[in-house]
Amino acid sequence: MSHQGVLAACSDAVTMIDRSVRLARRNVDTLFVSLLLPLLMMALFVYVFGGAINTGTEYVNYVVPGILLLTTGYGASSTAMVVADDMHGGMIDRLRSLPIHSFAVLTGHVVASVARNATSTAIVILASLAMGFRPEGGVLDWLAAISLLLLYVVALSWLAAGLGVIAKSVESASTLSFFMLFLPYLSSAFVQPESMPSWLRPISEHQPITPVIETVRSLLIGTPMQNNGRVALAWCCGLLLFSVLLATSLYRRRSNR
Amino acid sequence: MIVEATGLRKSYGATDVLNGVDLSVAEGSVLALLGPNGAGKTTTVRILTTLTRPDSGTATIAGYDVLREPARVRGVISLTGQYAAVDENQTGRENLVMVGRLMHLGRRTAQRRTTELLEQFGLTDAMDRRVRTYSGGMRRKLDLAMSLIARPQVIFLDEPTTGLDPASRFAMWDAIAELVRDGTTILLTTQYLEEADRLADRIVLLDEGRIVASGTADALKTQIGGERIELRFSDEVQLLKAAGVLSGVVDQLVLNVPSDGTAAHLHQVLDVLRDNGLTPERVSSHRPTLDDVFLALTA
Repeated sequence: MSHQGVLAACSDAVTMIDRSVRLARRNVDTLFVSLLLPLLMMALFVYVFGGAINTGTEYVNYVVPGILLLTTGYGASSTAMVVADDMHGGMIDRLRSLPIHSFAVLTGHVVASVARNATSTAIVILASLAMGFRPEGGVLDWLAAISLLLLYVVALSWLAAGLGVIAKSVESASTLSFFMLFLPYLSSAFVQPESMPSWLRPISEHQPITPVIETVRSLLIGTPMQNNGRVALAWCCGLLLFSVLLATSLYRRRSNR
Repeated sequence: MIVEATGLRKSYGATDVLNGVDLSVAEGSVLALLGPNGAGKTTTVRILTTLTRPDSGTATIAGYDVLREPARVRGVISLTGQYAAVDENQTGRENLVMVGRLMHLGRRTAQRRTTELLEQFGLTDAMDRRVRTYSGGMRRKLDLAMSLIARPQVIFLDEPTTGLDPASRFAMWDAIAELVRDGTTILLTTQYLEEADRLADRIVLLDEGRIVASGTADALKTQIGGERIELRFSDEVQLLKAAGVLSGVVDQLVLNVPSDGTAAHLHQVLDVLRDNGLTPERVSSHRPTLDDVFLALTA
């Protein structure tokens, strides 16, 4: 790509980000649910289930990192629906017939998704502090935790965008993204994997969400890190690479039908 | 020829949508692709606008190959599809500026063109309302305005008036006629003979993925026989007598008399009938429709 081509591609991406963020802000239902639902889930786990779950620590301290991952899962699944909706509206044909890089359209959606997720994550963190979450991590620990969460959100948003592209309808996008909502329940988010039956434990311990949660836990509340940081980083980078390639190639293939 | 296509073929599974379509459009002219649903009109437009790859065949727009240089093609065309391609949750102005920026107009140029086009299409009052509050006619106008923002060399209009009420349809025709006066090359698809007749220099008739006829509107009408007066009689005696004094084609109890559609000619026909003491049961005037064209050309 020439120098001018790079500039044009960046300008296209900025225009598309502008569009997606504006549309996201005006899609009040989705915004409301993606901000409110994680708060309800957190209240549910802290006040309703929390008393019955023994994790050896104050449950609110244990569960907040898990809630953060659950939040991003909700955010990503609504991204899949937004993208699917866009792919079936009339606008996408116009966008495809314009001289812009296919990357720009999806970048717009992903950035809007990350922005929405970052907002809801910040709200959840503030609310958790009000509910008694007492992290011990210093500034650097927080920065590291936030960076990892951000990387995870970006990767998950690209995956969601890819699912949105292949989905035949908004409903099927919602179904396809179900596993993003379900996976946290099979991780160490809410209970310790040791309490699970022996056949489920390996699944829980070796899926991508557990190392991310354990890393955030270790950074914020000081549980042992072991090799979780490296595994989490590897999962996130791998997922990001895979998802970007998947989403852009699916988008391009859909253009050729 | 600014649009040139040869041997376009496309099938989805076992269904052949296009069976070898050749097209050419001269710069500054208007070509109408006329045909019923499923004739392959939209597929042809999608291939020419780089949205769909043909199974075989080639096409160039302004000298650029749609398969090898899609980005260049996209720089000189615009597409207004069957369904208004607008963002419901952006305002009219936001939609226009966005497309202007994506066509790589500068920020200020995009804003200036937006103001001009809103004015031209009578959307200035609604420009800061979200498009979801627009009527169908306003959406189509905005859609067309978005297509024009970067002054494309070739404009593709896929059924620009389908689903519009008569007033909006006339407004749309006026807007298109204005483009024609400015010398823009237009390729439009339509199901309505009247629309093709009104807007196009040349008409290509498409049926089941094949071109069945092409030429000017007049040439096509002559080919299928133009307007006629239908005279229905109550019995065969009167019918045959009428057929003796008026030239026409007999079909059961109906005599079809070719006509130029003027009142003077109708008068003349009725005068001849009266002078011969003939009273038809019913008289109706019949203009050729798309159905007639297809029956005449595909039967």
